[in-house]
Amino acid sequence: MNLLADQAGVTQAVDAPAIWTTLEALPQLPNRLVGWIGFQMNIPEWLATLLGLLVSAAVVVGVFLTCFALVSLVERKTLARIQNRYGPNRVGPFGLFQPVADGIKMLTKEDIVPYKAEKLLHLIAPIMIVIPAVLALGVLPYGKEWVPVNLELGLLFFFAVGAMTELSVFIAGWASGSKFPMLGSLRAISQMVSYELPLLISAMGVIMMTGSMSLPAIVEHQSQYNFGVLSNWNIFTPWGLVGGIVFFIACIAEANRCPFDLPEGESEIVAGHMTEYSGFKYALFFMGEYLGLFAISGLFITLFLGGWSAPIAGLEFVPTWLWFFGKLVCVIMTMLWIRGTWMRVRMDQLMRFCWLFLIPLSLLTIPAAGIWKFCGEGFLAGLLGWGVTVPFLIVPYIIITVILNRRLAPATRQYHFAE
Amino acid sequence: MSVKENILSKPTLETGADEDQLLRVSLGPQHPSTHGVFRMNVMLDGETVVSLKPVFGYLHRNHEKIAENIPYLGSMPYTDRLDYLCPLTNNHAYALAVEKLAGIEVPERAEYIRIITSELTRVMNHTVFMGFFLGDLGAWGSALMYAFREREKLFDLFEELTGARMMTNYMRFGGCRNDLPAGWIEKAKTFVDGYDAFLDEMESLITGNEILLARTQNIGQVSKELMVNAGITGPMLRAAGVAYDVRKVDSYGIYDRFDFKVPYGEKGDCYDRMMIRFLEMRESLKILKQAIADIPEGDYVNPKIKSAKFKAKPGEAYARIEGPKGELGFHLISDGGVNPYRYHVRPPSFVNLTLIEDMCLGLDLADVVVILGSVDIVLGEVDR
Repeated sequence: MNLLADQAGVTQAVDAPAIWTTLEALPQLPNRLVGWIGFQMNIPEWLATLLGLLVSAAVVVGVFLTCFALVSLVERKTLARIQNRYGPNRVGPFGLFQPVADGIKMLTKEDIVPYKAEKLLHLIAPIMIVIPAVLALGVLPYGKEWVPVNLELGLLFFFAVGAMTELSVFIAGWASGSKFPMLGSLRAISQMVSYELPLLISAMGVIMMTGSMSLPAIVEHQSQYNFGVLSNWNIFTPWGLVGGIVFFIACIAEANRCPFDLPEGESEIVAGHMTEYSGFKYALFFMGEYLGLFAISGLFITLFLGGWSAPIAGLEFVPTWLWFFGKLVCVIMTMLWIRGTWMRVRMDQLMRFCWLFLIPLSLLTIPAAGIWKFCGEGFLAGLLGWGVTVPFLIVPYIIITVILNRRLAPATRQYHFAE
Repeated sequence: MSVKENILSKPTLETGADEDQLLRVSLGPQHPSTHGVFRMNVMLDGETVVSLKPVFGYLHRNHEKIAENIPYLGSMPYTDRLDYLCPLTNNHAYALAVEKLAGIEVPERAEYIRIITSELTRVMNHTVFMGFFLGDLGAWGSALMYAFREREKLFDLFEELTGARMMTNYMRFGGCRNDLPAGWIEKAKTFVDGYDAFLDEMESLITGNEILLARTQNIGQVSKELMVNAGITGPMLRAAGVAYDVRKVDSYGIYDRFDFKVPYGEKGDCYDRMMIRFLEMRESLKILKQAIADIPEGDYVNPKIKSAKFKAKPGEAYARIEGPKGELGFHLISDGGVNPYRYHVRPPSFVNLTLIEDMCLGLDLADVVVILGSVDIVLGEVDR
């Protein structure tokens, strides 16, 4: 194992315990192993590179499929706890094998294709929803040493493949040849296209700050510490806070989670674009949705929550990917909490919220980030930055909310009592 | 008009869209939020409802015809299955109708027991309504589970009293089937005393939520006059501003002895309907507290009445009560035999549902579900 650590080239954290160093290198284990075997067998370099990439991809897919299984269980158990229930606890200890049972059930179920469906497209749609999610997961930096594919324009790539999800949802809705899926996919298209705007715009500030679209560089920029202790995460700046909140809300909408789960709004349009799917195709949809959720949450963490960096200085000895996954758990738990307690909005309210509130607010973060950058670094500059950008953001925010509230003010009601 | 014509009827709201651009969606009979097997044929322009035709009858099981062929008491268990969320008020209404037909006196203790059970049922129905209503709004089961927790406590009370949790079959002509078990009244008192705290919690969790306000306010309004003309009763009518409550109007049983008020609203939208039910629950708790404190000793059933070979003299009677969902009436005609000659139910769910199209026109598909939830129907009662 020590040999492995040396090979991984972990030079930092010299005085950290060996176990942490080893753990840090753990995600590289398959890669190193394959590399070592290839070296022993004297294979050509192109084959080694190809094998390396394949193994990296396999690691990402394997890790996130495990996450998917776990999260599907955790989601049910957390929601159950919110609702005074136990949740699944029959299969294995604490219901841990429930995902396995679910998987077997899904795989052995009959695959029903409606008579009026476009057979080929009906088959392609669930496959198409998984692919972009996996592609998007491929560019995220999970740890200091663990970046499956390090792209110079990683962020752009992420958004580009993320947009493919909409296509597959629309194909699913159209190909089913049924009305509820059609309505669901119409809702999904308008929702996802609209919410992609605040998502992109609020990420602009981060790009301006870092001067790069490379995701590892963005994390690297946030992994320094102010005054030696305080972390330099984007969310701890005024523009980053606003951008982060907008980004998080847009994330929930992009992942079709409550309170923006209109495309599959169960009480209204049954299951939206998934209504006519059963068996393994349905499972694929389910999987694609969760992988997409991981990807978008991971991007939120990367852009605003400092990616793999530790929250305060002195904790860097913990393996960086542990930080990343810890943050991922926090973000997903917040989404579950929201799902357990809130109800769904209506389509026009959803659109109004996006176009009249989120987009103006996210546009504001761009000049705010510019001012922040102009103010520079250091204690006094930081104070100046806060002093200028906070009013710059707060005043328009108040104006927007006042205008919106005037139109939407919930009326106070009078109730009378008759004898 | 044939059934087919009805289903394919033309849109009732002019939107300017071509008819071939409209989408006809059949919501139900298998749909997550039709509260049973109810079907709505909805014409959509985009997501705007331009016509909505309710289709009933998927749960029809000949309740009224069966009742004509069995003795009077034989229908009592069937009434449990009308509105299966509140069996005891159904029992109460039917017993009242037969008593009116046969001219039976009810002992005072039995009246108190009836009022306690009916008001507990009202509390139960309204609590569960909150859960289902929020479920329709998309709050994935959380509110429902909180409501069910309270309903379990009520079920425990009912089980101890009647032997069954849901299908109680408890009332008899001239009283109730059995006396209150020992210690039951104390348990009921503990429950009633603790319920205000639960209502406070529920109200604080629900009523301030901005999404809820945005989803329910100014949704599903109809004019007072139309409601009265359509025969709408219960919380739905009171939310629209008509203070009409059969408990006050008829003062059946001994309701005139209790101090309670009838809450009514102004706008009559879904939000008002929900809030009126909260206020009604609090009034019910008031009645319950008084009834539990005052309940006298005595007979729980009129000892002169024989259940076997029960006959009523020829004539007809209509008795109604304020059920949790509205005016629940039973109309009986007797020819002097052991079976009723004619038996008719006036179900509040069914009558309240008749205005569903007027409430939904011009709104979103998502609102249809909310409005249907706010009407508070049980298909067992709609289709009978």
